Amino acid sequence: MNDVYCLAIESSCDETSVAIIKNGVFEVADIILSQIDIHSLYGGVVPEIASRKHIENITIVIDEALKKANMTMDDIDYIAVTYGPGLIGSLLIGVLAAKTLAFVYNKPIVPVHHIIGHIYANNLVKRLEFPLIALVVSGGHTELIYMDKDYSFKKIGGTLDDAVGEAYDKVGRVLNLPYPAGPEVDRLAHIGNDTYNLPIPLDDKTYNFSFSGLKSAVINLKHNEEQRGNTININDLATSFQNRVVDILVKKTIRALKEYKVNNLIIAGGVAANNGLRERLTEESKKLGFSLVLPLKKNCTDNAAMIGSASYYAYKLGKTSNLNFSAKANDELC
Amino acid sequence: MEYKITTRNELETIELAQNFESEKFPNMIICLDGELGSGKTVFTKGIANALGINESITSPTYTIIKEYDGELPLYHMDVYRLDGNTEGVGIEEYFTKGGVVVIEWADTIKDILPKERLEIEFRVVDENKRVLILTPYGKKYEELCEAVL
Repeated sequence: MNDVYCLAIESSCDETSVAIIKNGVFEVADIILSQIDIHSLYGGVVPEIASRKHIENITIVIDEALKKANMTMDDIDYIAVTYGPGLIGSLLIGVLAAKTLAFVYNKPIVPVHHIIGHIYANNLVKRLEFPLIALVVSGGHTELIYMDKDYSFKKIGGTLDDAVGEAYDKVGRVLNLPYPAGPEVDRLAHIGNDTYNLPIPLDDKTYNFSFSGLKSAVINLKHNEEQRGNTININDLATSFQNRVVDILVKKTIRALKEYKVNNLIIAGGVAANNGLRERLTEESKKLGFSLVLPLKKNCTDNAAMIGSASYYAYKLGKTSNLNFSAKANDELC
Repeated sequence: MEYKITTRNELETIELAQNFESEKFPNMIICLDGELGSGKTVFTKGIANALGINESITSPTYTIIKEYDGELPLYHMDVYRLDGNTEGVGIEEYFTKGGVVVIEWADTIKDILPKERLEIEFRVVDENKRVLILTPYGKKYEELCEAVL
């Protein structure tokens, strides 16, 4: 069988990213022009998410990816692109670039759902085994998804308010940590002790999550301590917060594995890079004997490699599109 | 003119927002300001109910803008992360798309907001209690305040 090469584009939020993926599993090239990186160079300013930035970056990143792979567009079998969900202005740039390439070079095009991309970041570590449960945790998403085969998704639960990554960022904001605060809260959580009495978020029989109450509890705790003239131990607060978050994520995920009689767990999204979560799930997988795949940290945040991987199975299933599809800001996976 | 209203818990905040049901009109702009956890997203849930949207409203902090289909479309924004850099994000386009626009941390993008709008400031009194200060700009929004309060 011939090798299949995909050029994948992802521009749904902050990152402009292009990757070339072989047969859905091998990263030939992977370029992310992270606007967060640019901003940390200039002193940690909040990222500018303007689509203008994506316009400036996109052709550079495409050229860079082809150069790194030592390939030309003639070597590419098809184009893949994130069509949504995301920020519409940002999505449009990637979609337009992908359509232009597909049109000019006469290549098939595969539009990919952003969250499906995150799920298939695991496929770049190890070919997905089904049935599986995917715990999707990011700045915009917190979902438990059941899959019995490639490209078949059943959402069994999701957040009712804040996504996990967002709760991390907001708690970080309250504690005056730099953006994005998730990695820093994770680091501090490994130094401190679980001393603060914070509520367990939505510990019920559903597979839904709610982190807004926990966020508010942290804010209230800080206010109250300050009013009493006490200083907050940031490390301990980070540990207490992270433990509550990880506890409930792990608890509901493991219950899902049992109820759906599934032995394969994958995690996806930016918060999949969280060490606290990775460590706890690794422990549990050893204890309970389920198979766990953790995505590479570099593929946890938004990137085109995951889109390339996901698109391969859509391509195989004939899910190519004509050029009439459009970018969608909101699109439920299932 | 400024209207002050106290809500004793989340439910009352949602109920207040639900009062917008009979008063909604296309291109309604509602600006929400107040510290983290003061109830901006909770209020938006009430607005979503008022628009007949059944999906759960999740915070758009990371994605900046979320769109929902209802009797009128809801465009829910959180512009905190932009830090005032609105150029090229396309926020202004939503002001005339015929939906209801709810903007959290609107204060940070004051220079691009339409002249006519409703501003709501959320003040935290204690863990559950909030004071909401509604300031209408323009006749339509003055009438709106009279009707919903």
